[in-house]
Amino acid sequence: MRGPWFTSVLGVVLLGGITVLFVTGLLSYAAYNPDLSPVNDKTPDKGLLGFYLFAWPTDPPWLYRLNQGVHVTLGITLIPVLLAKLWSVVPKLFALPPVRSLAHALERISLLLLVGGVLFEFVTGVLNIQLDYVFPGSFYPLHFYGAWVFFAAFVVHVVLRAPAAVRNLRRMREGKGPQEEAGVEPEFPLVSPRPMEPTVSRRGALWLVGGGSLLLFATTAGQSFDGPLRRTALLAPHGAGDPGSGPGGFQINKTAAYRGITGRETSEEVWRLVVTGPTGSVRLSRAELLGLPLHSSALPIACVEGWSTSDQWWRGVRLRDLAALVGYEADAAPDVMVESLQRRGAFRKAALRANQVRDPRSLLALDVNGEPLTPDHGYPARVIAPAVPGVLNTKWVARMTFGDL
Amino acid sequence: MRSALPPLGSPLRILLLASSFALAGYAGVRLLSGDWLGVVLWFVGAAVLHDLVFVPLYAAVDRAVTGVLGAAGRRVGAPSTPLGQRGRTLYVRVPAVLSGLLLLVWFPLISGRVASYESATGLSAEGFLARWLLITAVLFGGSALLLVSRLRRATKQRPSSDH
Repeated sequence: MRGPWFTSVLGVVLLGGITVLFVTGLLSYAAYNPDLSPVNDKTPDKGLLGFYLFAWPTDPPWLYRLNQGVHVTLGITLIPVLLAKLWSVVPKLFALPPVRSLAHALERISLLLLVGGVLFEFVTGVLNIQLDYVFPGSFYPLHFYGAWVFFAAFVVHVVLRAPAAVRNLRRMREGKGPQEEAGVEPEFPLVSPRPMEPTVSRRGALWLVGGGSLLLFATTAGQSFDGPLRRTALLAPHGAGDPGSGPGGFQINKTAAYRGITGRETSEEVWRLVVTGPTGSVRLSRAELLGLPLHSSALPIACVEGWSTSDQWWRGVRLRDLAALVGYEADAAPDVMVESLQRRGAFRKAALRANQVRDPRSLLALDVNGEPLTPDHGYPARVIAPAVPGVLNTKWVARMTFGDL
Repeated sequence: MRSALPPLGSPLRILLLASSFALAGYAGVRLLSGDWLGVVLWFVGAAVLHDLVFVPLYAAVDRAVTGVLGAAGRRVGAPSTPLGQRGRTLYVRVPAVLSGLLLLVWFPLISGRVASYESATGLSAEGFLARWLLITAVLFGGSALLLVSRLRRATKQRPSSDH
């Protein structure tokens, strides 16, 4: 059962799948605009690894929702494929002699980076979306730098092995048996020399792997949708249901209580928004903000953890109009630094780029779905902008500083 | 006299691997800039734990299950069962694998070990264990139904020699 055909099929699936994971991961990293401001950058020593960064666009508004939904849901779906692939090549771990040449020794070290790397990435990802922060450090640098270490080993593995895998599959399709191992050393075959009587056919094993993937997909994908679909995500962290009903009954990343936001500091008497720019600072109460021109946008909340909501109806003051209060032309609004009332949390301060500020759909939202924001969704005021990662939609906004960052 | 050193191997492979190590090193020093010991333990530990503990463990469990079911099947009397040993054990192994897979992936939520889940998300952490158990029940129950229907179909198709 173990053999080149099984390994080759799984290898080709992983080649495609992991490539998509890597690309969506890099895009998600770019979506934070880490080169815009240190507050957005959890990996300040990234060096050349940020070579591809670009100004994250605001169109289409569901861009981050799609990107991150694909990244997380595909990653979970690939777990059975990954486990089966690793199972299928386990005999190579015990191949003798352990080292046949310098090249072989180096390749075995590379395989440690490959296997350690892929497991490290999957484990940190799966733990992070379940809020189980037991890994040694902050998720962002671990998952980002870990991805590059893994990718270095992955590329060389693909270059060395993919041709053999494709050859094997072609041969099998033509109805010939596999003549050699999925690799460059036919003298160390994956096929057991004395196999036990197989307890399942190869095709059956592949069906089992596919069934496992399908089961994981079916119990996860729903957390990127609202309504009945969300309830199908039976085991996903944001599946199975909503935190409440009514206008504010959609998914929450971190509640007001969790962030230590009190009713007093957000009350009409105490809370003031401070907007700062070249002409000085303006202090606005919520009632005063409600007196400014209000606009509506239909935008989703999409989290790095992969879950998202469908479009919610937000109503509030355009960010560009706030920039105009402190000395900018609305059409030439600059970047903005947004600070929350929350005292801790990696993104209690977040920066938005000029293209995000200028977008007429970007709001300092006061209402959602026809009602004032609930405390958990950022009352008295929160940022909502198209296509940005959820944490950049700062809640409980206290201060906005416009200017080039 | 032959050299005691191993041969060099393909120079192209060595080149590719060296450039891969250089990139891995560039990212690796950044990966290790914090709690380097913790990260090394997680990185290498994941590979070692998987290859030397998890794979042997699930292979051993699978072999034990297959063996026990096979022995039980033989005692009952293999000739009277229309499906082979291999066929029948699959009806236990497949739902067990699928249920175990769900547990492996969602263990933190199912076990309720994430203390901050409810306060952070406003969602109930209660349901995960119950839903996993229900899915498991459906998987095993469905498998049992399939097995019964296949056995009945196979028995009907066989020419009866008893009466």
